[in-house]
Amino acid sequence: MLFKLQPRPQPSQRMVWLSPLLAIALMLLVGMVIFTLLGQSPIKAFHAFFIEPINDMYGLGELLIKASPLALIALGLSVGFRANVWNIGAEGQLTIGAIAAGGVALWFYETESLWVLPLMLMAGALGGMLWAAIPALLRTRFHTSEILVSLMLVYVAQLLLSWLVHGPWRDPDGFGFPQSRQFTESAILPIMLEGTRTHAGIWLTLIALVMVFVFMRWSVVAFQMRVAGLAPRAADYAGFNAKRTIWIGLLTGGAAAGIAGMNEIAGPIGQLSMPLSPGYGFAAIIVAFVGRLHPIGILLASLLMALLYLGGESAQMQLALPAAVSGVFQGLLLFFLLATDVLIHFRLTPTWGSKA
Amino acid sequence: MNADTVILILVATITAGVPLIFAALGELVVEKSGVLNLGVEGMMIVGAISGFMVAAESGQLWLGVLAGAGAGMLMALIFAFITLTLMANQVATGLALTIFGIGLSAYMGQAYSSVALEGIKSLHISLLSDLPVLGQLLFSYDPLVYLALLLFPLLVWFLYHSRGGLIVRAIGESPTSAHALGYPVIRIRYLAVLFGGAMAGIGGAYLSLAYTPLWSEGMTAGRGWIALALVVFATWRPGRVLLGAFLFGGVTIAQFHVQGLGVDIPSQFLSMLPYLATIAVLVLISRNAKTIRLNAPASLGQAFHREVH
Repeated sequence: MLFKLQPRPQPSQRMVWLSPLLAIALMLLVGMVIFTLLGQSPIKAFHAFFIEPINDMYGLGELLIKASPLALIALGLSVGFRANVWNIGAEGQLTIGAIAAGGVALWFYETESLWVLPLMLMAGALGGMLWAAIPALLRTRFHTSEILVSLMLVYVAQLLLSWLVHGPWRDPDGFGFPQSRQFTESAILPIMLEGTRTHAGIWLTLIALVMVFVFMRWSVVAFQMRVAGLAPRAADYAGFNAKRTIWIGLLTGGAAAGIAGMNEIAGPIGQLSMPLSPGYGFAAIIVAFVGRLHPIGILLASLLMALLYLGGESAQMQLALPAAVSGVFQGLLLFFLLATDVLIHFRLTPTWGSKA
Repeated sequence: MNADTVILILVATITAGVPLIFAALGELVVEKSGVLNLGVEGMMIVGAISGFMVAAESGQLWLGVLAGAGAGMLMALIFAFITLTLMANQVATGLALTIFGIGLSAYMGQAYSSVALEGIKSLHISLLSDLPVLGQLLFSYDPLVYLALLLFPLLVWFLYHSRGGLIVRAIGESPTSAHALGYPVIRIRYLAVLFGGAMAGIGGAYLSLAYTPLWSEGMTAGRGWIALALVVFATWRPGRVLLGAFLFGGVTIAQFHVQGLGVDIPSQFLSMLPYLATIAVLVLISRNAKTIRLNAPASLGQAFHREVH
């Protein structure tokens, strides 16, 4: 080996913020290699992937639309992740939130009223929380791994949605497509920016951002949760309530994902359909990590991840590459982040010259 | 239900369990060495498409199986480098591996979703396969099924009756003492992770080359996660992994036959069964925290650096 990892006496604060930037740079570098291997001009591909999607107002609006659910879910998940509560099933909680909110919208289909949307919001949050409560309950009562349970429930939620849009909730005039009726105006979030599809759901994400920021910064519970995450034994001795940590961690993530699901169907989609999300629930895990589990970091990371989604779509249209390319970039980003994080605690020292 | 149907169901149960046996036995070795790789789903699906591509291009099915194993190992190598050399969080890295693998496989498989393949054929052993009942029950599978069943005794022998297995288990229990005794902790963990990757890859290739010889996006459908659950369910014992795999194979097959019996349940609810069964079994096993704590390798999921410990 050319280099040796030497433990630093103190974790490097500088690297905590530098390593995400390093990870982004490495992702772009590897992206360039991939594009070249695929026989694309890397410059053209980069333009299509990272510039083209956001060079007008409409594109910027799309960026916000995609960043909003990612940031919202990641904010919710970060509360649990800090306490080592691994909710990996946000995608399922999003689905159930959308089902609950969509149920309200369809129930009050003919109703024209201002309270339909708030009701949908509540239903969405509750739906997501209910789905997250299952792993929380099983973890606190039976010590069942929340990772595996929340994940299994993703598949259950998606099958439930599939049944609803193929069966009881299918649009009778939908030519047999697996989708519900288009929601009427009172169940659709208003547009915020003229000429874009940017909807009022963005505000919910910003409110959540402030709430999580305040919670993490000033609440005693958040402090206890963080201690529980860093040193479970110490938290035990201090008498911090471990079960409460698990419940708060999972329910926050569930509520956020449920609201994100409601935003999707009341925003850009406008109905219940299959599939609901391009994997926001999973991508949000990456957003939470790349954002260092910090609200501001999450905001920035969500914009980057949203750009990766848009880039994937644009690459599909312009370069005939599959949209799935964005998943490859997302995975690479997290790999590089985790890899460069080693520099927080270790120093790279060359092994030549000195006999180590 | 007549005897023929019962045999048919049993045979189908065995084959449905095979991809889980490969993936879960592989992960068992990984976890025995103290490493938790949550990327099984990602390694499996990349194994599935790699195997399919190579088989479709070369016409050699067995080359496809090898390619599946190789692809799984390459994926595992990424995981190993990040978690073992760079000591990153194993949970997060495993998740990244799955997200990456699902994206990569969709991308690789874009041109192959309408390609038809013969698939690996069942063996026909003259005389034996023609025996009534037993012939079908014991001698009617493709070679990979027998390979999976052969893997089990080999693994038991390796883990519990060989020096190598003892070292792997020692490293999983206490890497610090193993290191003090002079065992190369990181190198052995690398080998375990690579073996797990190869097995997950073969499990994936079994799906796309034998079980349903075709490629469709996301075709592993959570089997990698179920394999992870199986290891917990088995409380890290190979015999129970085998049993569990067949149990889940049975649940998977049951959904088709319940419908065949004329029970009027929407197919989506039947498709939920394997996932719900996984949760139910996990609850049953985890209920007693002691069984998990006593059986799980003590250092599971923790990074190791010889100068830090």
